[in-house]
Amino acid sequence: MGATPYIGAAIKRKEDYRFLVGAGNYTDDIALPGQTYACFVRSPHAHAKIKAIRKDKALKAPGVVAIFTGDDLAEAKVNGLPCGWLITDVNGQPMKEPPHPCLAQGKVRHVGDQVAVVIAESTQQAKDAAEMVQVDYDVLPAVVRAGEARKKGAPVVHDIAPDNICYIWGLGDKAAVDKAFSSAAHVTTLEFINNRLIPNAIEPRAANATYSRADDSYTLYVASQNPHVERLLMTAFVLGLPEHKVRVVAPDVGGGFGSKIYLYAEDVVMTWATKKINRPVKWTAERSESFVSDAHGRDHVTKAELALDASGKFLAMRVTTTANMGAYLSTFASCIPTILYATLLAGQYTTPAIYAEVTAVFTNTAPVDAYRGAGRPEATYVVERLVETAAREMKMNPVEIRRRNFITSFPYQTPVALLYDTGNYEATLAESLKVADVAGFSARKADAARRGKLRGLGYSCYIEACGIAPSNVAGALGARAGLFEAGEVRVHPTGKVTVFTGSHSHGQGHETTFAQVVADRLGIPMDDVDIVHGDTSKVLFGMGTYGSRSIAVGGAAIVKALDKVVAKGKKIAAHLLEAAEADIEFKDGAFVVKGTDKKKAFAEVSLAAYVPHNYPLDKLEPGLNENAFYDPANFTFPAGSHICEVEVDPDTGTVKVVNFTAVDDFGKIINPMIVEGQVHGGLTQGIGQALTEGCHYDPQSGQLVTGSYLDYCMPRADDVPAYKVGTKETPCTHNPLGVKGCGEAGAIGAPAALINAITDALGVKDIEMPATPQRVWRVCQENRIKAAA
Amino acid sequence: MTVKVSMTVNGKAVGAEVEERTLLVSFIRDNLRLTGTHVGCDTAQCGACTIMLNGRAVKCCNMLAMQAEGADIVTIEGIAKADGTLHPMQEAFRQHHGLQCGFCTPGMVISAIDLVKTFPNPTEEQIREQLDGNLCRCTGYHNIVKAIKAASTVRS
Amino acid sequence: MYSFKYQKAKSVDDAAKVISKNADAKVLAGGQSLVAAMKLRLAHPTDIVDLGTIRELSGIKADKSAVTIGAMTRHAEVAASAEVKKAIPALAALAGGIGDRQVRNMGTIGGSLANNDPAADYPAGVLGLAATIITNKRKISADEFFKGLYETALAQGEIITAVSFPVPKRAAYTKFKNPASRYAIVGVFVAESGSGVRVAVTGAGPCVFRVPEMEKALAAKFAPESVANIKVPDKNLNSDLHAKADYRAHLITVMARRAVEAALK
Repeated sequence: MGATPYIGAAIKRKEDYRFLVGAGNYTDDIALPGQTYACFVRSPHAHAKIKAIRKDKALKAPGVVAIFTGDDLAEAKVNGLPCGWLITDVNGQPMKEPPHPCLAQGKVRHVGDQVAVVIAESTQQAKDAAEMVQVDYDVLPAVVRAGEARKKGAPVVHDIAPDNICYIWGLGDKAAVDKAFSSAAHVTTLEFINNRLIPNAIEPRAANATYSRADDSYTLYVASQNPHVERLLMTAFVLGLPEHKVRVVAPDVGGGFGSKIYLYAEDVVMTWATKKINRPVKWTAERSESFVSDAHGRDHVTKAELALDASGKFLAMRVTTTANMGAYLSTFASCIPTILYATLLAGQYTTPAIYAEVTAVFTNTAPVDAYRGAGRPEATYVVERLVETAAREMKMNPVEIRRRNFITSFPYQTPVALLYDTGNYEATLAESLKVADVAGFSARKADAARRGKLRGLGYSCYIEACGIAPSNVAGALGARAGLFEAGEVRVHPTGKVTVFTGSHSHGQGHETTFAQVVADRLGIPMDDVDIVHGDTSKVLFGMGTYGSRSIAVGGAAIVKALDKVVAKGKKIAAHLLEAAEADIEFKDGAFVVKGTDKKKAFAEVSLAAYVPHNYPLDKLEPGLNENAFYDPANFTFPAGSHICEVEVDPDTGTVKVVNFTAVDDFGKIINPMIVEGQVHGGLTQGIGQALTEGCHYDPQSGQLVTGSYLDYCMPRADDVPAYKVGTKETPCTHNPLGVKGCGEAGAIGAPAALINAITDALGVKDIEMPATPQRVWRVCQENRIKAAA
Repeated sequence: MTVKVSMTVNGKAVGAEVEERTLLVSFIRDNLRLTGTHVGCDTAQCGACTIMLNGRAVKCCNMLAMQAEGADIVTIEGIAKADGTLHPMQEAFRQHHGLQCGFCTPGMVISAIDLVKTFPNPTEEQIREQLDGNLCRCTGYHNIVKAIKAASTVRS
Repeated sequence: MYSFKYQKAKSVDDAAKVISKNADAKVLAGGQSLVAAMKLRLAHPTDIVDLGTIRELSGIKADKSAVTIGAMTRHAEVAASAEVKKAIPALAALAGGIGDRQVRNMGTIGGSLANNDPAADYPAGVLGLAATIITNKRKISADEFFKGLYETALAQGEIITAVSFPVPKRAAYTKFKNPASRYAIVGVFVAESGSGVRVAVTGAGPCVFRVPEMEKALAAKFAPESVANIKVPDKNLNSDLHAKADYRAHLITVMARRAVEAALK
């Protein structure tokens, strides 16, 4: 060890063994002594007044411990759920922030809205009794679509927003954009829906809370991506509990994809109720509940225009979007279609003027918030659909039009607020063309035609802003929280190391990747390093994992702490080696006196720190334990080029993704195996959005039609191809590891590539996502598209 | 009303007095506290609850505990050797990064073992088709398919 | 799941006795539909009679003229059966494509037929092959058996014990799956035998049905082009988010054509 660096190596994951033998520890696996079980009574209606709740019959049911309603929470002065980001509208007014009660107060606003909680000795008993809670509803008309919500006379979701508008927000120089459009040689216009998705981490949400009278403390086990944020929001804003009396543990978490970032009503209710009944109380979502109560993603209605000169240079872009917030503002809902969307509309291009206007509306649907990519897939879809369509309309090669407009000089200030530090878009594009064998496409298309199939090719050159986020920038944009990360390196006397990180791993493999970084920096074996995360009683603080930020921000915090460990180690080593501190260098796991063979191994220095007999106690504290907070200087900007090749069966409308190539630039890569895995997963969710997944609410009743896996089409193994992936490394210029983040790229790039490929195959301008067989078949019928023979 | 149910799980005779409506998955998770078998849906689609019942992979969320009366069951906890050495399929998943969050993994591994039993030398296409009973949201299936293909060539 | 009383049937007669006395009692075969419905509290039987331990209900017997499959035979067993593959490969393939692999390991032919889900596969095979459903009371021809949406000719207290499939000259089943549930949106079973050609369609309507016009055309000439232009009216077809009636009608023609192609291979 030492000679071969861990960074950059495809190290097998440390966490795999426990998952493979069934020894993972997920929230629902935890059963506490005296455990009780909760079942929520949820609204069957999209919109209704609650006239009365009668719980006497249910209270008498076998095994029932307690039943609580909104009145109980109101009486206990439990607040509603907060929104963590304030958006200021085009007129300088704050967004409308209607209350988001943990249990309904007089009104329900979406199917699945929680009305009461029944706690019993078993899950079955809680469910039995929940059916006996009688709720009298006065059903109101509902509105579920963003476009409909803005219309005059639409049902009003919240009294404080009589037009259902949460905010109208703008970004960019509107006058400059309008001017550019008026003189453009060509304008491409698209109007489309970015379809609503349901995240569907395979582990359903769960929360198990327990209260101790001994010290008036609470512990909440919860399937969360950020336990510290959950604790902060819950204690400071909702329950008014002392933060130090609440421990939040996010143990093994079975996927998140954004949906487990938020503070949910169920988590609060469990934490509040455990003290009321003085017993542990657990709630685990059934999948049907997840469908109606997890925060959903996307759901935009957009009109997008691109102005070009005669040579295909982009002059300006104008985007108008209506974003569906659902019935309430989820924790970060407001910043997704604004800060994480409109700022990405420059894409990889030099478009000099961009203006975006976003109207956020309330509807009678589940809240919408960040879902893998969060705003950036929507932005990429706008840009890359426009670019491809413009190329077709102007009879230009889609590759050539992109090249003509690429940003090639860095740093680059976009007209939509971001400063790209570095990138090399030609490199990823050129490599993807090679890997995808674009040169051989026409032969493959001809072959497909002989088999009665239509082949198409589509591109997507995406960019994302990750490494979220510089706290001061975020604060100026309305964030109500810091967005740094914290880390702690605890060196034990024997030189073994435990690292505590505020990042949370729920599939990303931090226990491995972070250990690679630590082992490399300290020159010790990876087996000597353990990574601890997900427990507020162990980890000093944390902002959690989302927005592909863990390695770029969480990893950087650990590196900062490691630097402190090495700096202190040098002082100790200088003393032990009787040399000047300036003459000590740390190399391959040892502190060496420069130019000599005098050295002390890392473990020797660690031991000296804890057994400080020969130690500069007058100048230096014993011990070797350092922590650090890292606040990024800028976002990171992963970018890449995706090429999708499809084959359409015009007889049935079936689309088969026959080839998918992704060449990405994530900066420096710590573990290529894990990075590839992240890309594969992201691509599949992106293909899911474009091809199979569509959340559908009935427009009249507001019922969720796609409320189970029987109707919501999750991609299965035979829906996706074997992927071809590659990377190019342009290191990030402003974080110590040169990393950019890779978690969301696949989901960001894939939808546009796929729809570009399908429209190419069919020779049509647009097709709505998801391009289900029925939808594709109808487009074929309308356009008289038949198999070329 | 309760009934007495007994079966063999991971080579051990087990039994309990349970409500008649107890699902096999509840018996395994709650009574036996074998929590490696997971529940990811309520319509028997996701396959996270897959176990071996008399040598066949089945979804234990979709059957009554009483239907397994007298059966020989192997859960994910019984797949590795007693000394902790991984089964070739588990090892292949590790080698090929066929898991991320780990939640679908137990069901995926058991389903995969059943798959290569039925299709001893499966093609990639067969593997993808025959994984129709298991959902994974993390891996995009790419590395799961690779792992199963690799494991199919190893004699256990 | 609501509470119920559970018992294991010692014999078919034993089970029949329980369900003939109580309309709210249900026979449990593989349980892949029934348990699923009970879990969601969509079904609420007071009594469950489990056929799982009656060995004589499982098994496959084949001779030159027919394949007989016991009611409790799992889909996976039918799919893997050398006898079925040899005699009626289309039937083995149909069984191998039901639900998913775990469902195939648990679900049974008797359970599937008694349930008569409009999107199930077996009804197409049974009707297409003119099979005979054997119960504890009588033999029922496929044409008599399927009555409507989740409705069969089974009387109260009547339990399927086996299904007998005459061996056709050639046959094939082609299915267009619902992308989410993987049930049949349209499944077409085509079979040619000494007594003529049968075309049975599942998934498209409330209950499996035959398409006489296609049968006639194929009897005249068993070739894909014979059905390529025959449209089934969409008037009584199912219509949902995944497939409106007109799309289903179109798919019947496409699947029928492809089934004929497959049968000729």
